[in-house]
Amino acid sequence: MSASVAEPPPLSPTALALRRLAGNRTAVAASLVVLLFVLLAVFAPWIAPHDPADADLFRRLCAPAWAAENTEPGYWLGCDALGRDILSRLIHGARVSLSVAALVVCIAAVIGTLAGLAAGYLRGWTDTIVSRLVDTLLGFPYLVFAIGLMAMMGPGLHNIVLALVLKEWVFTCRVVRGETLAAREQDYVEAARALGCTPRHIMLREILPNVLSPVLVVATFRMAYVIIMEASLSFLGLGVQPPMPSWGSMVADGRDFLVDAWWVSTLPGICILALVLSINLASQGMRDAFDPRLHQSS
Amino acid sequence: MSFSRVLERLVQLPIVLLGVSVIVFGMMALTPGDPVEIMLADQRATEEQAASLRRDLGLDRPIAERFVVFLGNAATGDFGISFFHRRPVFEVIAERLPATIELTLVALLVAVLVAVPLGVAAAVKRDSWLDRALSAISLFGVSLPGFWFGILLILLFAVHLGWFPVGGRIPFGAEVPRLTGFLLIDTLAAGRPDAFLRALSHLALPAITLGLPTAALLARVIRSAMAEVLATDYVLFAEAKGLSRRRVLFLHALKNALIPAVTVLAIETGSLLGGNMIVETVFGWPGLGRLVVESIFARNYPLVQAAVLLYAVTYVLLNFCADLLYAALNPKVRL
Repeated sequence: MSASVAEPPPLSPTALALRRLAGNRTAVAASLVVLLFVLLAVFAPWIAPHDPADADLFRRLCAPAWAAENTEPGYWLGCDALGRDILSRLIHGARVSLSVAALVVCIAAVIGTLAGLAAGYLRGWTDTIVSRLVDTLLGFPYLVFAIGLMAMMGPGLHNIVLALVLKEWVFTCRVVRGETLAAREQDYVEAARALGCTPRHIMLREILPNVLSPVLVVATFRMAYVIIMEASLSFLGLGVQPPMPSWGSMVADGRDFLVDAWWVSTLPGICILALVLSINLASQGMRDAFDPRLHQSS
Repeated sequence: MSFSRVLERLVQLPIVLLGVSVIVFGMMALTPGDPVEIMLADQRATEEQAASLRRDLGLDRPIAERFVVFLGNAATGDFGISFFHRRPVFEVIAERLPATIELTLVALLVAVLVAVPLGVAAAVKRDSWLDRALSAISLFGVSLPGFWFGILLILLFAVHLGWFPVGGRIPFGAEVPRLTGFLLIDTLAAGRPDAFLRALSHLALPAITLGLPTAALLARVIRSAMAEVLATDYVLFAEAKGLSRRRVLFLHALKNALIPAVTVLAIETGSLLGGNMIVETVFGWPGLGRLVVESIFARNYPLVQAAVLLYAVTYVLLNFCADLLYAALNPKVRL
């Protein structure tokens, strides 16, 4: 008997997916950009050179460092109409964007997954209620729904999260319901049923692990959208309230000074675009790596 | 989509519309704050006057009854009185609606004019630089915040180059008598080509802001549909028959490739309704979207409620039309 060379254990699907993801150079680069924004957001108070709320009218609309008319050394990206440092506000603004997006997407994923599992597995009246609710919520243009709710609830960080979650869970729910309907007919679920497992056990222990990767893919895609939503609401003045800096409201702040101070509106927009584009690229990579079947959904 | 699916959608339609009305009513009814207090905010009203106003508005009734009344009124176009304008909400909305519809239609035109040639070209030259550029641009299109894109256009084309006005719909002195509310029609009807051109130049930037991101999405749809059609037997056959390339592309292939595009376009028109609020705010466009945003800050809730309902109902109907159109256009579905 010869000792055979130990075979490497077969990789788990997750490990395989991660390996595929690591091979996608665009996705890796995009993920690094996202990571950079996350780090900026987390360590904002230590990284930002100035207090984002520190106003000084002597610095009003001072130009960025590369412009000839820059008068305030140390304020690299210039100042807004109240003389607040734009760089510091951008760094702190990342906190609002990312925390709203992360909260909304996570809460919506949990609600959507549970509702989708219940609707898809239990069928019957549960499915009818959930599906009608989903249809109804899909009957609103996203922004109209969010604006309507914000109008009624009033602006503020908590209300944005609530307004967006109320619509956002639908997207996860639809995907999970579809996946659950398919899983329901499969042998492993049938086997669990034959063994006498409770519906709760089957949904949470058997089916849930199998729908997690589409949930993850949907969640990352939706994150990009939620960031644009928060920025749009804040732009309209329905989002976070001053003095808390949000990229959307910063763009709005600069609207009256487009002629004299283009940087006030332009720079926060570049941040939104960079972050959203990176998330979209990264999630495309994740989709290809984790779930090639999901090519059609977004 | 099969015929039975169309029937199913037809049955679902009233349910969804009812659900939408429940939510819109709920948004309003569950709002903290008393509408009567808002209405009487600037007047010294006694308790009795407030109570009588509350009774007149039906606010002392149980909530289910109020919903039925709301639904009945909404069906007849009665959305109450706009707190701010002191006129029926319906009237105020009807006045602003043409501006929004005009902007939306021109934006759709921009989207189609850009997307069709781009999509077809990308499908014909698969994997060329054009094709790759199109996917990059589409990704850009969905990642671009609309309000910022509008501001960039203003900065470049209005502030720096001065080619287009910064905002508004028509300059002072170019106004024409209101006929349809659509300025492009009214100016021509009044025999004022100069005013028509000025109205058009005011329309350009907002329409591009709304239309280009839609175009990016639409071009992708046309590209993949066209690529699919170009690989079918009937196109090969048409080419084998010796028909010119152009004839095959535009007469035979494009017709079928446009089926999914029409569907997407109908759905996107609904999304433009939301986008309108942003774009109208950026460009100071006197349409419904801006009216809603202003009304929110004026706490003019009846108007917000009516507009949200109007947007949602339009959106549901557009989606429904998209399904019908798809079934009607697609010979594979036709019965």
